[in-house]
Amino acid sequence: MAAQLRRTLWRLAEVIEVVPETPRTRSLLLEVPEWEGHKAGQHVDVRLTAEDGYQTQRSYSIASAPEDERLVLTVDHLDDGEVSPYLTDVLMAGDKLELRGPIGGYFTWEAADGGPLFLVGGGSGIAPLMAMIRHRAAADSDVPTRLLYSSRSYEEIIFREELETLASRDSALEVIHTLTRSTPEGWAGYDRRIDAEMLREVARSPDESPLAFVCDPTSFVEGVADALVRLGHVPARVKTERFGPTGG
Amino acid sequence: MDDKLRLDGNAAAGSLREIFSFEVTSTHYACGGCGRVDQIGAAMVYEVRGLGTIIRCPSCDNALVRLVHNRGRHWIDLRGLRYLQVEDVAG
Repeated sequence: MAAQLRRTLWRLAEVIEVVPETPRTRSLLLEVPEWEGHKAGQHVDVRLTAEDGYQTQRSYSIASAPEDERLVLTVDHLDDGEVSPYLTDVLMAGDKLELRGPIGGYFTWEAADGGPLFLVGGGSGIAPLMAMIRHRAAADSDVPTRLLYSSRSYEEIIFREELETLASRDSALEVIHTLTRSTPEGWAGYDRRIDAEMLREVARSPDESPLAFVCDPTSFVEGVADALVRLGHVPARVKTERFGPTGG
Repeated sequence: MDDKLRLDGNAAAGSLREIFSFEVTSTHYACGGCGRVDQIGAAMVYEVRGLGTIIRCPSCDNALVRLVHNRGRHWIDLRGLRYLQVEDVAG
């Protein structure tokens, strides 16, 4: 008889609340029965089943800290996406959502892992980095942390106020934004895509042996990782996560 | 292959977790093609929608792991690996 797997890892979560973050992004606050906890940086797979039985699944990073009461997925609306429009436009509090996880042991950080941390994210790629920043705050960690975050416009900066609040009361946390499409009047920050020059100015020195996490839904992660290695960072300390268009 | 379907090794973690009892993405592998040693999570993943998943070596493009799920069965082809090094969990 063939070997059989009995593992059933899929379970039904309930949407407790839907929080609009930006015009294109919503956070889903979930109650997951018998959730065993997660590490910052891990993800879940979400599976949707159509009435005719057709199934499709996507990976979404967890944006909440392990210490938070609810599991939070922060989802960007992709116009041509197969799953994300359902999550961003249709799903409401009280609805059920099938998911499995927590998943992944590579792109994760715990306060005990130390630092210093250099986090680089674009758009909804902030989600797993936000889990790390929230975990760091909840664990009262003083690991020096610098976030370089690329958004299209000021309005599209996800978690802007929370990041401001956290950084304002914690001198070891620095948040640096760059806006790639439009900037508000008087914007003094970066206004272009993340490039090697910007990384040279912003990245922590390789001498500090920082731990870098790079996450973005596009191919920019490879460019950033390569640029960091060229600046002298140890490849094994530069971790990337790329939930590409299949994040849609 | 379509570059847009390229993901990181951690994108395959969910499929791998269905099959293996340990977290595969944090294990180290040696590539059967070029000998590169790295974590599976740092390898490249190509998802072929509806068919399966291929994990490739970022140095030489060798297919390290092929996963196919079809008609209630998982097919796991590991011949591209020289070895997988799994941490012993204490206790």
